[in-house]
Amino acid sequence: MAIIRRRGGSVSTTSISFPAMTLSYIALFAWTFVVLFPLYWLAVTALKTPLEVNGGPFYIPWRDFQPTLDSWHYIFFDLREDTFRPYTNTVVVGLTSTAITVLLGSMAAYALVRMRYQVGFGAIGSFVVALAIAVVVVVAGGPWPVGVVAGIAVFVLLLQTVARRFKRGVGNDDIAFWMISQRMLPPVATVIPIYIFFQQLQLLDTWAALIITYTAAHLPIVVWLMRDYFQSVPVELEESAAIDGASPYRIFRSIVLPLAVPGLVATFLFVLVFAWNEYLIALFLTSANAQTLPLTVAAQNATRGPQWWYMSVLILIMIGPVIAMAIALERFIARGLLVGAVKG
Amino acid sequence: MSIHASPRAVSTSRWRPVAARVDRFAGAVFILPAVVIILAFSIFPLLTSLYVSLSRLGFSEGGVQLKFVGFDNYAKLLFGIDRPHFLGIGGTLTPIGIAVLVAIYGLFAFLLYRYARGPNLTVGGLVGRVLATAIAGTLVWLVVNTILSSGRPGTLVVTLVYVAVDVSVQYLLGLGLALLVVQHLPGRRFFRVVFLLPMMITPVGVAYLFRMLVDTSKGPLYPLWAHFGLTDISWVTNPWGARLAIMVGDVWQWTPFIFIVLLAAIETLPHELVEAAVVDGANRLQVFWRITFPQILPATITVVLIRIIEGFKIVDLPNVLTNGGPGTATESLTLHAYTIWRALDIGGSAAVAYMLLIVVTFVGVSYVNLFRPRAAAAA
Repeated sequence: MAIIRRRGGSVSTTSISFPAMTLSYIALFAWTFVVLFPLYWLAVTALKTPLEVNGGPFYIPWRDFQPTLDSWHYIFFDLREDTFRPYTNTVVVGLTSTAITVLLGSMAAYALVRMRYQVGFGAIGSFVVALAIAVVVVVAGGPWPVGVVAGIAVFVLLLQTVARRFKRGVGNDDIAFWMISQRMLPPVATVIPIYIFFQQLQLLDTWAALIITYTAAHLPIVVWLMRDYFQSVPVELEESAAIDGASPYRIFRSIVLPLAVPGLVATFLFVLVFAWNEYLIALFLTSANAQTLPLTVAAQNATRGPQWWYMSVLILIMIGPVIAMAIALERFIARGLLVGAVKG
Repeated sequence: MSIHASPRAVSTSRWRPVAARVDRFAGAVFILPAVVIILAFSIFPLLTSLYVSLSRLGFSEGGVQLKFVGFDNYAKLLFGIDRPHFLGIGGTLTPIGIAVLVAIYGLFAFLLYRYARGPNLTVGGLVGRVLATAIAGTLVWLVVNTILSSGRPGTLVVTLVYVAVDVSVQYLLGLGLALLVVQHLPGRRFFRVVFLLPMMITPVGVAYLFRMLVDTSKGPLYPLWAHFGLTDISWVTNPWGARLAIMVGDVWQWTPFIFIVLLAAIETLPHELVEAAVVDGANRLQVFWRITFPQILPATITVVLIRIIEGFKIVDLPNVLTNGGPGTATESLTLHAYTIWRALDIGGSAAVAYMLLIVVTFVGVSYVNLFRPRAAAAA
């Protein structure tokens, strides 16, 4: 495996010898081929008729087969609504949930880097006891408002009395670890209760259900990435702004966010890709109205076998915008991803 | 961690009493939305799921009802009728299997022994390590006993194999590519953009794409299969062929992630050390092992952890590429949970999901404990 063996090192000023350069280019182009060939195959399949797809491999349009736009016509005109509805859903859900996630996640990440939190074990214990009481009330058959009120009452009571006796507590790093560790939760472990929850609220198969769930699912990754980024941003500007009397909100909006643009862009792109391509949660929570594109693509596997030609068109129009964004924002990505750059 | 822009210091301004009142809560305002959302949509569902996993769905007159059955669902997975599906079927070990078992158990014993004789020995640390070793040993035994034997692996083992193989290959490829691209070669921006592309494609799309590509009768590799006389076999009907197809798809899709993170890490390194080493006559390999690698170790540890966590959730590829087949040979744990959810065994589905959660947590926490000290030492 030449790709693995060629280690370039981060030498920028030393010149690269000719054989090393040749080998590097061979490895680079080999991987470029590995990346691009499947995409090329996707593109040519989208131009074939079913007969040509099933007739064996045809590689080059005009030489091996006559390209046709039949599949494109079918997807855009015959299916029309069934293509545009999921497309709109994907765009709306993806952009909205990503924007909310990045905003809330960077606020939390910033707070975890720059402010000090001290949550007493007493408060957490009270909360757990209150939660247990609420759950017991509901499970025992009581109406849920009673459970919630009982839980809140017990929580406030314990917080004001017993909880004050405990001095030790969890700090910023514990909170950060707790948030990040939520990413370990397999969605399949939480999606059934979420399904029931939205069913009760009659929000199944709506944008709201997907947006809220995606926000929760992707918050940990934003906190993770942005925390590393904020740790690398110098603090002096914020300090002088604070001395001048700027509020924390003002500092965050006018100083921190502008300085963190590369990190925000990279994180935004990542979360958008996750939300754009998400399959499992959408599979559970949507049926017809709020269905997103990954489900539409998966649905092309009809009883007659996979409809490769339609599928290719769908995948192409689905990845188009994301790839365009990735190309446009590429220079931010490497600058914005400081994963583990600061030891914490 | 020190306080920098402390919200309280700002709020003492007596010119803006209202703003000051709001500022006092700044700490809460910044963090509470995230905490509440995570609590509401991760922790509460998780607790509900726990209850669901301990019950069975029954149909009654008024509709459906959950009936508490204790640990029945788990017992079914670990010892009962779902054991072959979940854990697999053990068989007689092959010689390689025995060798692998002996080697890994020897390594575990050595690590424990070294810790017990070392200077950092504490009772808690020892108990924790013995416990972790026991669990890891059980998982290793399970994997070896179902794969390197006459048996067949269940969904838990298959998922572990996916994660182990995918993450290692992705890491090696990603690191190699990052080191290649970081050289100042003409055209590097082109490679950077191109290498990023697979990550942007929906996993469902990747699955179909690879299903097309590995097709032996009409896929693009047809001449190759024809040359070896393999056009009649289908990858997706051979258990290991199907698993290989899935792993190749996953590697193709996620190598870019490791590539881009490591590239970012390498590019932010200061050049002085490398230049000094080169002046002193160090060759490329020495520069890499002694200078570059230790410095990107923190990024390495984090990105591998992210990939391990995400890797355990694999579902789209097996679901679409092979539909979990042949039989259940390529099913991951998430897909397993989904298929029995569809069969309305909601309790069983939640139990599988919980087993997945336990395994991910165990692997994740062990990984962090194993590598955090080393990252700190290397830094």
